[in-house]
Amino acid sequence: MPQTLSPQYAIQAKNLSVYYGAFRAVKNITLSIEQRKVTAIIGPSGCGKSTVLRSFNRMNELTPSASIAGEILFMGQNIYAPEVDPVEVRRRVGMVFQKPNPFPKSIYENVAWGARLNGFRSGLGRPNMDEWVETCLRKAALWDEVKDKLQQSGLSLSGGQQQRLCIARAIAVKPEIILMDEPASALDPIATLKIEELMRELAEEYTIIVVTHNMQQAARVSDFTAFFSMDEDRAGALVEYGLTTQIFTTPKDSRTEGYITGRYG
Amino acid sequence: MPIHSPRETFDRALQKLLDQVLLLGSMVEEAVQGAMEALQRRDHIAARRIYAADQQINEKRYAIESECIALIATQQPMARDVRFLAAILEIITELERIGDYAKGICRINLLLGESLIDPAAWLSLQQMAALGLDMLHRALDAFVCQDVKTARAIPAEDDAVDSLYNQLYRRLVAQMAGQPETVERSNHLLWAAHNLERMADRVSNICERIVYVSTGEIKELDSTEGNIETPGN
Repeated sequence: MPQTLSPQYAIQAKNLSVYYGAFRAVKNITLSIEQRKVTAIIGPSGCGKSTVLRSFNRMNELTPSASIAGEILFMGQNIYAPEVDPVEVRRRVGMVFQKPNPFPKSIYENVAWGARLNGFRSGLGRPNMDEWVETCLRKAALWDEVKDKLQQSGLSLSGGQQQRLCIARAIAVKPEIILMDEPASALDPIATLKIEELMRELAEEYTIIVVTHNMQQAARVSDFTAFFSMDEDRAGALVEYGLTTQIFTTPKDSRTEGYITGRYG
Repeated sequence: MPIHSPRETFDRALQKLLDQVLLLGSMVEEAVQGAMEALQRRDHIAARRIYAADQQINEKRYAIESECIALIATQQPMARDVRFLAAILEIITELERIGDYAKGICRINLLLGESLIDPAAWLSLQQMAALGLDMLHRALDAFVCQDVKTARAIPAEDDAVDSLYNQLYRRLVAQMAGQPETVERSNHLLWAAHNLERMADRVSNICERIVYVSTGEIKELDSTEGNIETPGN
């Protein structure tokens, strides 16, 4: 894939429709995601938030009946073009899931494994693996809590720590974008706030796209917010997209207003 | 608001808050009206009573403020809801200040002692108060009805109040120059007029917040730019 960075956008959906078999789950989404910002996608259940998120790194292809129409441009190229390797897309566009899912391996290996698989080599002027694991764990705000027990199982950590371990694992392969699907919904309030703080920090280096049901979380953590809703034909559609401060104080569309004030439907 | 809102509890709390703001508004209107009537009658007993009752206006304002903050903390209001609560915080401050003007007029009543008020000056004061109170009353109605058009129109009426103030100012200054023994009394009356002039300005600020609730725009609803060289603008 070409390395030319579009000046402003990390990734763009153009007239994106996603189908599960004959059912059109989302339709005609056109959405440009700003680089190194946190963009939140909000909307009621079934409006296609996660479907769109998963299409940003071709994760939706793992669902057998899924297909798409339209384009997703990453670094100026359609990631669904035939010559594009989905594995490479998923390295550069990482993902963190709702339920923390560390490998049943040591904390150290959780981070090192992906890096090694993606050809991480230490050497002159490059960090060695120990240094890289430490760097990633520090970026994920987890290092201080695990530095003395790197060989313990990742599964021995608390839920919030496991989720930060998954974030460390995601950044270990040097992605440009990190997709997060309800990353804090299984966590307690303090662990949730830690993840949110971390998202703000990560946005200095990575583009973050987060799907969340928690509107306060979207309001707290994101720079931009996209509100999705269901159309008459039950396909998810983008209703409004803008600066988070605008969406949560002066939404333009009455459907957005209804949803975020809790008077939807 | 829809009848079967999933936020019925919150909607009820907002309605209750609005009722409280209107109650505060009517307490303030009554205070200004009463202060003017007491001034006309030179009724010191009524003036002292209204002066003391300002404490209730202040307490009501703080109670509404506390309720707003509690709702912000517990209900996480968004969009129009947060604009509504933010507007109330501003509006109650303005109302409370108008209450202070009424209190100020009562104080002037006492300071004037038994001295008579020149009928022409009284007429100006009365007109200023009537215009200001009418603006306030319609502004509060516009707040309840979310009537942006009226809220945008009211501030222009401030010009008439300013004009009355300027006339009165010139009249009283001339009087002071011609009859030095009236200086203290005229000065007190000027102060009363100033309070009434400021009341109309506060109503304009309230109108700005009403527009904000509906549109999200925070903009000064200036009437024609005041002349910097005249006292009231």
